[in-house]
Amino acid sequence: MTRLVDQMKTGLDAPICITWELTYACNLACVHCLSSSGRRDPRELSTAEAFRVIDELRAMQVFYVNIGGGEPMIRRDFFDIVEYATTGGVGVKFSTNGAYIDAERARRLAGMDYLDIQISVDGADEATNDRVRGQGSFATARRAMENLADADFGEFKISVVVTRDNVSQLDDFLAMADGFGAQLRLTRLRPSGRGVDTWHDLHPTLDQQRELHRWLLAHGERVLTGDSFFHLNAFGESLPGLNMCGAGRVVCLIDPIGDVYACPFVIHDEFLAGNVRDAGGFTDVWRTSDLFSELREPQSAGACASCGAWDACQGGCMAAKFFTGLPLDGPDPECVGGEGEHALTAVTSVPKPSGDHSRPVPVELGRR
Amino acid sequence: MLDSPLGLHPSVALRPEPFGALAYHYDNRRLVFLKHPSMVDLVRSLDEHPDLRSALEANGIAEDRWDAYDRAVTSLIESDVVITR
Repeated sequence: MTRLVDQMKTGLDAPICITWELTYACNLACVHCLSSSGRRDPRELSTAEAFRVIDELRAMQVFYVNIGGGEPMIRRDFFDIVEYATTGGVGVKFSTNGAYIDAERARRLAGMDYLDIQISVDGADEATNDRVRGQGSFATARRAMENLADADFGEFKISVVVTRDNVSQLDDFLAMADGFGAQLRLTRLRPSGRGVDTWHDLHPTLDQQRELHRWLLAHGERVLTGDSFFHLNAFGESLPGLNMCGAGRVVCLIDPIGDVYACPFVIHDEFLAGNVRDAGGFTDVWRTSDLFSELREPQSAGACASCGAWDACQGGCMAAKFFTGLPLDGPDPECVGGEGEHALTAVTSVPKPSGDHSRPVPVELGRR
Repeated sequence: MLDSPLGLHPSVALRPEPFGALAYHYDNRRLVFLKHPSMVDLVRSLDEHPDLRSALEANGIAEDRWDAYDRAVTSLIESDVVITR
């Protein structure tokens, strides 16, 4: 019998999980923002168009959608969209910096079914967090968490992008989550969006990756990772999860203007499959686009073919390779065997993300 | 488990896939894979039968495979996809 994971690689009739960035507008300007968010794009999907997307997801039996941005709660129709989805059987998990979760909205959120919330923090203390996410953002996130806890929302999620600066704080993040009755979610830093400029300074070192792998193994399924650290499996023992790149096979991204990309980390023309405004809607993009068909073909191990760890790490993350200028059929820039670091020294140019929605102010990594 | 009356949890949705089906549990938000089409037919039919044994019979599953199906159904009970009526 074919292994389940092999069947997944040839693609499913509908995605398991969709990330849907509702807006490029954001009150923050995080230095590693995957979507270079800041200013609203005037071509943003209207409420009616958003409802049509949800109708399609329901018909395709997509069980839940990860809503993000930008800051999704900035949209005036945010609650309308979320309620339209959840009451129609499409669960929502949304990511927010918490700025718009006051006591009243926290109570409204607590009263809704099929809704998960992820509050983003990237440091267990104000200094570490604000260096990446901007001044005051730690206090804002904490206030949102307190409001959700006071409203008895239940188990929300605290979402952390693991960086060189915060990898030593994993136990502190877990304590923070436990303190709120929340669940901790850790994800990988990608060189996407504004992360193109900051990844080299912020991504964990090889020693830190080894430490992270051990920590994740020790905490198992208690800590969520969205399968984002499978490149670490090359250290030996595999982490829980599917251990594969799901881009265009089981996941994809719908951006604020309806463009469909292979995954949330590759907002670039090369990974653009179509638009939900196209004649066949999202369904046709998912089922028939050339790009997704191509991604569902067996992928070559390329330069990694002779490496004994290929089965464990699958060559890592396509987006991480692409935006650091590495070939897609070679090692991940964070290859734990050191091959990526070696390959990076030969890179002369890197692709630019397709859209920059940053506000016209410089976004720089804060001082330590 | 063969003598137990079973059924699909009311909060679980099944989505057909080439390999079988995806089962999504709206209460605990967990995704479970049913890795064979015959398993999907069996699970869908549980409610119509007084116990697992008669569901297996009705689905034409050979008796020497019942142990394996029993184990698979037990694991679905553990993940709350299937419940005892």
